Amino acid sequence: MDNSKAVFVGAVFVALALFPWLGAGSYGIDLVTKIMIYAILALSLELLVGSTGLVCFGQAAFFGIGAYAAVLLSGEEDAASVLWLLPACVLAAALYALAVGALSLRTKGVYFIMVTLAFAQMAYFVVHDTALGGGTDGIYLYFRPGLGEWLVLDDPVTMYLFSLACLIGVFAFLAVLLRSRFGRALAGIKVNEQRMRGTGFTTYPYKLAAFTISGGLAGLGGFLFAVKDGFVNPELMSWHLSGAALVMIILGGLGHLRGALVGAFAFLLLQELFKTEAIFGDFAKHWHLGLGIVIIAAVAFLPRGLVGLPEQLRKRLAGVGAGERGGSLKNPLGEAKS
Amino acid sequence: MKRLMTSPCAVIAAALTMAAAPAQSADPIKVGMMLPSTGTYARLGNNIKNGFKLYVQEQGGKLGGREIEYVEVDSEANPAKAIDNVNKLIKQHEVDVLLGSVHSGVALAMAKRAKESGTLMIVPNAGADKVTGPMCAPNIFRTSFSNWQPGYATGQAMAEDGHKRAITITWKYGAGEEMVKGFKASFEKAGGKVIDQLYVPFPNVEFQALLTQIAAAKPDAVFAFFAGGGAVKFVKDYAAAGLKDAFPLYGTGFLTDGTLEAQGADAEGVKTALHYADALGTPRDNAFREAYAKAYGDQPDVYAVQAYDAAQLLGIGLAATGGDVHKSAEFSAAVRAATIDSPRGQFTISKSHNPIQNFYLREVKGGVNQVVRIASEALEDPGRGCRMK
Amino acid sequence: MDLTTFLIQCLNALQYGLLLFLVASGLTLIFGIMGVINLAHGSFYMIGAYMAYALAPAIESSLGGGFFSVLLVGLVLSVVIGYVLEWAFYSYLYDRDHLQQVLMTYGLILVFEELRSLLVGDDVYGVQIPEILAGSVPLSEVMTYPVYRLFVSALCIALVAGMFYVFARTRLGMMIRAGASNREMVQSLGIDINFLYRVVFAAGFALAAFAGMVAAPVSSVYPGMGNEVLIICFVVVVIGGIGSIQGALVAALLIGFVDTFGKVIVPDAAGVMVYLAMAVILLWKPDGLFKAG
Repeated sequence: MDNSKAVFVGAVFVALALFPWLGAGSYGIDLVTKIMIYAILALSLELLVGSTGLVCFGQAAFFGIGAYAAVLLSGEEDAASVLWLLPACVLAAALYALAVGALSLRTKGVYFIMVTLAFAQMAYFVVHDTALGGGTDGIYLYFRPGLGEWLVLDDPVTMYLFSLACLIGVFAFLAVLLRSRFGRALAGIKVNEQRMRGTGFTTYPYKLAAFTISGGLAGLGGFLFAVKDGFVNPELMSWHLSGAALVMIILGGLGHLRGALVGAFAFLLLQELFKTEAIFGDFAKHWHLGLGIVIIAAVAFLPRGLVGLPEQLRKRLAGVGAGERGGSLKNPLGEAKS
Repeated sequence: MKRLMTSPCAVIAAALTMAAAPAQSADPIKVGMMLPSTGTYARLGNNIKNGFKLYVQEQGGKLGGREIEYVEVDSEANPAKAIDNVNKLIKQHEVDVLLGSVHSGVALAMAKRAKESGTLMIVPNAGADKVTGPMCAPNIFRTSFSNWQPGYATGQAMAEDGHKRAITITWKYGAGEEMVKGFKASFEKAGGKVIDQLYVPFPNVEFQALLTQIAAAKPDAVFAFFAGGGAVKFVKDYAAAGLKDAFPLYGTGFLTDGTLEAQGADAEGVKTALHYADALGTPRDNAFREAYAKAYGDQPDVYAVQAYDAAQLLGIGLAATGGDVHKSAEFSAAVRAATIDSPRGQFTISKSHNPIQNFYLREVKGGVNQVVRIASEALEDPGRGCRMK
Repeated sequence: MDLTTFLIQCLNALQYGLLLFLVASGLTLIFGIMGVINLAHGSFYMIGAYMAYALAPAIESSLGGGFFSVLLVGLVLSVVIGYVLEWAFYSYLYDRDHLQQVLMTYGLILVFEELRSLLVGDDVYGVQIPEILAGSVPLSEVMTYPVYRLFVSALCIALVAGMFYVFARTRLGMMIRAGASNREMVQSLGIDINFLYRVVFAAGFALAAFAGMVAAPVSSVYPGMGNEVLIICFVVVVIGGIGSIQGALVAALLIGFVDTFGKVIVPDAAGVMVYLAMAVILLWKPDGLFKAG
């Protein structure tokens, strides 16, 4: 990350930290809390898709397991302590990810996508069809976890700041991770796994570790979601959410952590915009249409996602943008076409 | 200097208190409609909005002396987004009343927020038993049904028709399971026996395997709950498999409501129980249907009726509290004491805030749901888990 | 389960499997040959079904001939739509990262579904079964089997045969197979690969739309119907091995049996069975049952 990008990310986090005192309003705080939680989900997926080249279509399952764990492990009489509940939720999601990863990493490309989907669907049907998590009705959280007087997550601003802290933590963790030897190995796997293996490098444990970490981070997002809403439902694990997370990171720009951040904000704010009756009037009920058109336009005009936009503009201004093509990333589904 | 700094804040604060104070009388009441406007349930959402607005229009746009204003949010029938959507209504739009939803999971999420925030909530469709069970609250009302109710009424009707052995079939999800529970309760109480309970994974519509099971088990009759596209396909498949003549098909009314045109002749003879029917023929219903058709160029359905009555309920409560939605004790007392003059027939509200109403046994004849008889009179949901007195 | 019931269940499974193949075949074609992950495939199916519903009155009054002329007109129309879609959207994607395709086709789902809502509305509609296929044949003492379902199965079998013929025996099939394995090579042989892709895409679209049209009288048409078939189509294509027609056929039949008997034998876990089967098969054979090429 060069300086301008670090400055950008830093500025975003500072702006987010100040937001509650800049006339956010209680709905604004809720909205941005939600977006930050989805940004954690997007970041967890970015570790797999953008940094390792593993396209996972079942991220919602880990998110959902984190959320369900938060509710099921919380007591009905007393608020649980964040100190043990949060790690427990992350661990639950990571354990499931470890099991899924151990099996599904035997496959590649599109097959990998579908196996991860299959395992996510299984998790979905387990909570949907059994009484374990209240079935299709979902279950409520009786008391929000906290930390005595120190951390009262019932307060929306505290919840906001806590989510922001988690987001910054996840971002920093991933930034450090990707610069480590481990991260460089992942990058190598993404660019050319064949060659990595050819030089005597065992890639499987690295991929499995990345998958498990990613699952755990998604579980953290799920934990925050459950605490914020106080209600979980099987739809949290549906493939629609896995798909939405993928859309966020692609829209933002693959291969960059800040892409996941930007993508989550762009995707959810666009939804919010097109649903606004004040702007679109009666057409607001057809908000899918506007969102769809913007997404198609983004593919057409922003081949590197939103984070590629400044560079694209620079090139356009310098008059070299004519031959711009988006094929610089390694095709993560290389196996689809031989 | 200090004065200059503080004065804008003071002005804003003053403005806020001024805005808040007269809200009791002069300001319009904001009704936040959290209903699906996209996806599978979009049509239901639309009819609910129409039904509600029709009654308000008939009252000159005012209930309890206060103008009614609407804010709409697409619920997307997605419980995972429900809390966000309801927060948007409560916090951003500062609505006085929540109207929703179609989907049970969404309604349960809304009920939780309504309970926490004390915002008045009226459910115009979602039947989840819990809403007027463990989740019941002085500020949460329902003008539709609990899933238990139509199931229970269908069980009574089937037993009365002399059937002894029944099979149930529905989607494996909350509403289906609750209706089957209601059905089983009354059917077995009347001496019948449910020999098998079949479930189809939601929202799968491939019924052939289970129809074959039914044919092999040879029950006296079959109880089914499906809705929308699933209901159409089930009724058609049931008839095409030749089962309709062998084992009469019963169901809760949703099996043949809003779907008859698509089901065509295959639905003829299907018997369902519901709190409304196409040809009630009462003056109240005729007037309602005429007004609805005139306003929207479309025939109303049970969803429109439930919403129309939601507006009536709101009117009753507001009239009793002088237009103050926050006096939930008075509001509740007035609603409990009232008899709501619904197009479906008169009904009252139980202590858990669910309708005590008649359920009609209807039979599809000539493409309409015609009333055969009253299957269950003044049926009240047991309201299990509700501690309100 | 007695023998008659068992045989009827097998017939159910077979019939469902064939219908799945019909829907999934277009996806495997586009997916395998052009490498495009087309999330909008379910929308294509939905468009077909709605065509069967919406075109019927106009065609009946101008052409006559009932359901079969609707099928014919719909087929021609969907080839045209497919051709135009490829030209307008998909042709820009071949050089791009594959995930860009995911993003764009996701956008298309939203657009198609909303256009459907604007043009036709959100009601559930039935589509009439053509008169001559409206009967049914007795199977057991109570159970009958609708002739139309048998007709659909026959149509699927004819289609399987047709696809095998085109792929194995015709020049077009040869070009397509060559284009799938090496785009540049085919191009250097002087074959217009862009045109070839356009044709394949149009065929894939037409297959999905045709499946929708044929299924419409059985399933009726309703909002969101496309999303429901999308995932199951991907399951079929992936189990079979991407791009393999015979793989898709075997996988579709397999899923038909797993789904049918899953509902009967393990009703409590019926929802999971299909995915469980997919996971087991892919862990056993990581490239699907029939690896293409």
